Amino acid sequence: MIPVAELEGVSFAYRPGQPVLADVDLVVAENEFVAVAGPNGGGKTTLIRLVLGLERPAAGSVRLFGESAHRFSRRETLGYVAQRARIGGQGPVTVREVVSAGRLAQGGLLGPLRARDRAIVDAAIADVGLGELGDVRLAELSGGQQQRAFIAKALAGQPSLLVLDEPTTGVDAASQESLARLLDRLHRERHVTTLYVSHEFGAVESIVDRLVLVRGGIVFDGPPRTLPSEWHDPSHAHARQ
Amino acid sequence: MLDSEFMRLAFATGAVVGVLAPAVGFFLVQRNMSLVGDGVGHTAFAGVALGYLLGVSPVLTALVAAVAGAVGIEWLRARHRTAGDQALALLFYTGLAAGVVLASTAGALNVDLFAFLFGSILTVTREDLVVVAALGTGALAAIGLLYRALVGVVVDEEGAQVAGVPVAPLNVLVAGLAGLTIGLSMQIVGILLVAALMVLPVITSGRIAWSMRSSIVIAMAIGLASVFAGLTIAYYADLPPGGAIVLVAAGAFVVASVAEAARGRVRR
Repeated sequence: MIPVAELEGVSFAYRPGQPVLADVDLVVAENEFVAVAGPNGGGKTTLIRLVLGLERPAAGSVRLFGESAHRFSRRETLGYVAQRARIGGQGPVTVREVVSAGRLAQGGLLGPLRARDRAIVDAAIADVGLGELGDVRLAELSGGQQQRAFIAKALAGQPSLLVLDEPTTGVDAASQESLARLLDRLHRERHVTTLYVSHEFGAVESIVDRLVLVRGGIVFDGPPRTLPSEWHDPSHAHARQ
Repeated sequence: MLDSEFMRLAFATGAVVGVLAPAVGFFLVQRNMSLVGDGVGHTAFAGVALGYLLGVSPVLTALVAAVAGAVGIEWLRARHRTAGDQALALLFYTGLAAGVVLASTAGALNVDLFAFLFGSILTVTREDLVVVAALGTGALAAIGLLYRALVGVVVDEEGAQVAGVPVAPLNVLVAGLAGLTIGLSMQIVGILLVAALMVLPVITSGRIAWSMRSSIVIAMAIGLASVFAGLTIAYYADLPPGGAIVLVAAGAFVVASVAEAARGRVRR
């Protein structure tokens, strides 16, 4: 079976002589739930930007569903929740307007959404537990609820690969675990290959299939239970019990 | 007031401008690019001066310069990864300097130029109205057709890019529409104040709107009302229309802020 994402001998630098990633090999199989963790500045976000074809590697190759990531032809199958700081939505935008943006690639650019697309949007909003809040302004919601709205936006595109970059930034520990349970359920029900990127991986340690630790390269790749005890994220110790 | 043909022309042109400017400005404000209109306005100033120098219609050269300037800002921002404010500063000062030099060379640093800077009720001709109506209607139709896509890019530009939405062409379209709007609006509002009509109604509507859709509709209504009220005040008080229009729009912001504060108190 063709892997969902495949990185082979990948190196990358934003400035010459200052490599962010060196000699990375990584294969993500269909229906896997993988957490990509590591310290800030370690190259996690760069790694997923390479996977999504937003950056080109200086060396090596990145493939998505067997195609060059940079020239991937079925982009509508990718769902991406960017870091909150990279996302707009500070204006009077409502939850439904945010999630509707997730149907752009499928529903076409011109005119209003069709009834079928609107139904998919409503289902995605309900799926993340915001069914009653569709017409509420995003700015009036908590950080955790706002992240749910952007996850619903990604789901509205009915993706084959869902990538979340630091989805728990600015979200309290209880909401992080609630978000993790939501992602676990969505992954099991929708069978979406999921890449969860965060410097805090404690909330998802107990639910992901694999943990990949990135620090200029991949320093650990395996099931979370095989992670050396001193590397565990202590902030969510109870979630692993 | 409407017995005078020049006022009928000013009101008809102003109606298009009053609706179009906030509709385009909406997408700039939501992307934290509120001051783009100012930078493009200064490029339009250089275009007016070039028109005088070449002996062709200053309105036409300003329109071309404004669209080119707006697309240039977007190109600098997107391709060269120049910070938005740096791209803007580059255009802002270059446009102003080029305008002064060209106008001086053409011997046009006079009252006619003043009318372009601050707007004039007397300068709108029937031909101008036809151009503004045709291009303005086309621009509004483009926004209406692509509204969902433009909002999608505003909400999450990177997410849209990942999903294969043609983000770069949509951003160039918004930049081009901004340049077009400034070129069409400058006779009524003036080059130095046209950006305010693109921004103030949008900021005001953001205070009282309950969604993106309601925000853009309210902003267009405020823009239209500001132009009509401003032109009326300018006629009776013998004032430059640009200043009167923008002060009405600023007044609307104060009213909306008070309404928002009162609503907050009621909720508590």
